Amino acid sequence: MSPRETASLAALTGDARLRRRRMLNHGMEALATLAALAAVAVLALVIGSVLLKGIGAINLDFFIHSEVPFGQTGGGIANAIVGTVVLVALASLMAIPVGILIGIHTSEFARPRTSAAVRFALDILNGVPTIVTGIFIFGLLVVGNQQSGWAGATALAIVMLPIVARAAQEVLTLVPSTLKEGALALGATRWRSVVRIVLPTAAGGLITGALLAVARVAGETAPLLFTSSIISTTGVSTNPGHALTSIPVRIFELTEGYSSNERAQAWAAALLLIVAVLALNLLARWLYRRASPASSMGTRVR
Amino acid sequence: MSSQSATPASPSALRLSSAHHSFADRLGDPALRALAWLASGVAIVILGALAYKVFALAGESFSRYGLGFITSENWNPSQGTNGYGFGAADFLFGTAVTSFFALLIAAPVSIAIALFLTELAPRRIRRPVATLVELLAAIPSVVLGLWGLIVLAPMMRGTIEPALQSVFGWLPLFSGTETGLGMITAIVILTIMTVPIVSAVTREVFATVPTELKEGALAMGATRWEMVRMVMLPYARSGMVGAVILGLGRALGEAIAVTMVIGHTVNGLHPSLFATGDTLASRIASEYQGAATSLQISSLAYLAAILLVLALIANVVARLIVRRTTVRLPVGLGAPN
Repeated sequence: MSPRETASLAALTGDARLRRRRMLNHGMEALATLAALAAVAVLALVIGSVLLKGIGAINLDFFIHSEVPFGQTGGGIANAIVGTVVLVALASLMAIPVGILIGIHTSEFARPRTSAAVRFALDILNGVPTIVTGIFIFGLLVVGNQQSGWAGATALAIVMLPIVARAAQEVLTLVPSTLKEGALALGATRWRSVVRIVLPTAAGGLITGALLAVARVAGETAPLLFTSSIISTTGVSTNPGHALTSIPVRIFELTEGYSSNERAQAWAAALLLIVAVLALNLLARWLYRRASPASSMGTRVR
Repeated sequence: MSSQSATPASPSALRLSSAHHSFADRLGDPALRALAWLASGVAIVILGALAYKVFALAGESFSRYGLGFITSENWNPSQGTNGYGFGAADFLFGTAVTSFFALLIAAPVSIAIALFLTELAPRRIRRPVATLVELLAAIPSVVLGLWGLIVLAPMMRGTIEPALQSVFGWLPLFSGTETGLGMITAIVILTIMTVPIVSAVTREVFATVPTELKEGALAMGATRWEMVRMVMLPYARSGMVGAVILGLGRALGEAIAVTMVIGHTVNGLHPSLFATGDTLASRIASEYQGAATSLQISSLAYLAAILLVLALIANVVARLIVRRTTVRLPVGLGAPN
């Protein structure tokens, strides 16, 4: 019932009780609107602060120079940018193929009971605190060895896997079975139908899942603290055999310093990170809405 | 789809297709099947290996302290000093307090946001507002921590904490000196991090409420709020509980943002929210690198094992509850940690 209808009814009957109910209704509607406004306001507040405090320290030097030893002024985050790119690329190479194969398993081969079990395992893996994932990889690859880009990338890959795989499961099961049956009826083998029909049909959704996972781990600090944070050289390095620093780890370290130079750099790095992560998120959503046939089937993937 | 459909129907089709079948085609099917099985196996193996490894790392501390570790308040990592030893009670307390109050705020706010998005918002602004709320979850937690440390903490110390104290100062919760960095700031940060996920799941739950029920209530003359209170909330109750527990799982495990604002100094089982403290996750994040003895490393892994068990319980319970309501859970939602 629209407010106006309620209002006219109240006028007709002159019922005080109805007026009270209407007031309560308006109050609750206002509260709900306020809650949504508050959430959007907090987002604006955080992004606004990062923008205001970060923009001043953004200049060319910031991008092309590496970090300087503690206490010195100047320097930039070139090594952290390169480190993040290497770590996230390696993690993507590990997690995205495996994640899509899990999706293929669910949509093509697995019995319902099996795919339910796999889905449950992935959801649980998604719920493991990432700091615990960091400790797992520390125990697996760092103890008796040393921190390395490989260890960091593996930890990030474990964070990515459930995101990619669950998205792949969702979109691949949405590919119409008529399409697959058509391919098979024409004599295509199963793997040809998967490669030529199923994967291209679901490409938009698969890319969305992968991009969301990349956006997620690009900002991860906790899995890297014990696996790839103690660097031996402050220069730009692409060698995953040694620990590689990253933008989030660098921000975390910079906040432990109190000089204005460190603070300014932390904000500037935060600005770079937040712009990259939000852009990836928006791109993923936009792609999904544009490209995926699944989105026109009324299902969403986040 | 059924596997029968893989068999071509007519003999001519069979001949046609087999002419096309190269070596790659004969190899392709079993290879794809094997790889797909392997990939699913990898996911389950990772989960098992993760639990095993974390518990194995905690072994030294467990054999030293047993389950008494959980209730011991002593955490003194300086070797050779009096009272060198480890216990989890302070951090369990910090985790419980920060997560509980964060969800206490986040639950009603999230439900209100979900109601706004499903019932109130004009169709045109629904998707943009929903996207903005979800983007809140995409902010990396190190960035949120930086914001909490430099923008929020002074605001808490200068304005919010004194205001709370002047009104509610008679409550032990709001007693003591305002610090800016402490439990209450961690609670605000955790609230910000959990609202997007709880409201997203709640929205999905609300979407399952049958339209006939809602329209029925409105047709009987209920106001919109009465319809929500008498139809939607009862129908969605268990789903909402699941959503909140899922948010709890997120809050428990958040390490980086909390570690940047909670102040670290533990004060025992202190009733004031203004006091500094530490959670399981934030203590691991702050101390693991500087850990000097193997017992300290093992004790930190013990904290991680407790955290893992808590997070697993929260997630399993939440998923079982929410799955009963046949809601598709959001994947990949949640701030980077």
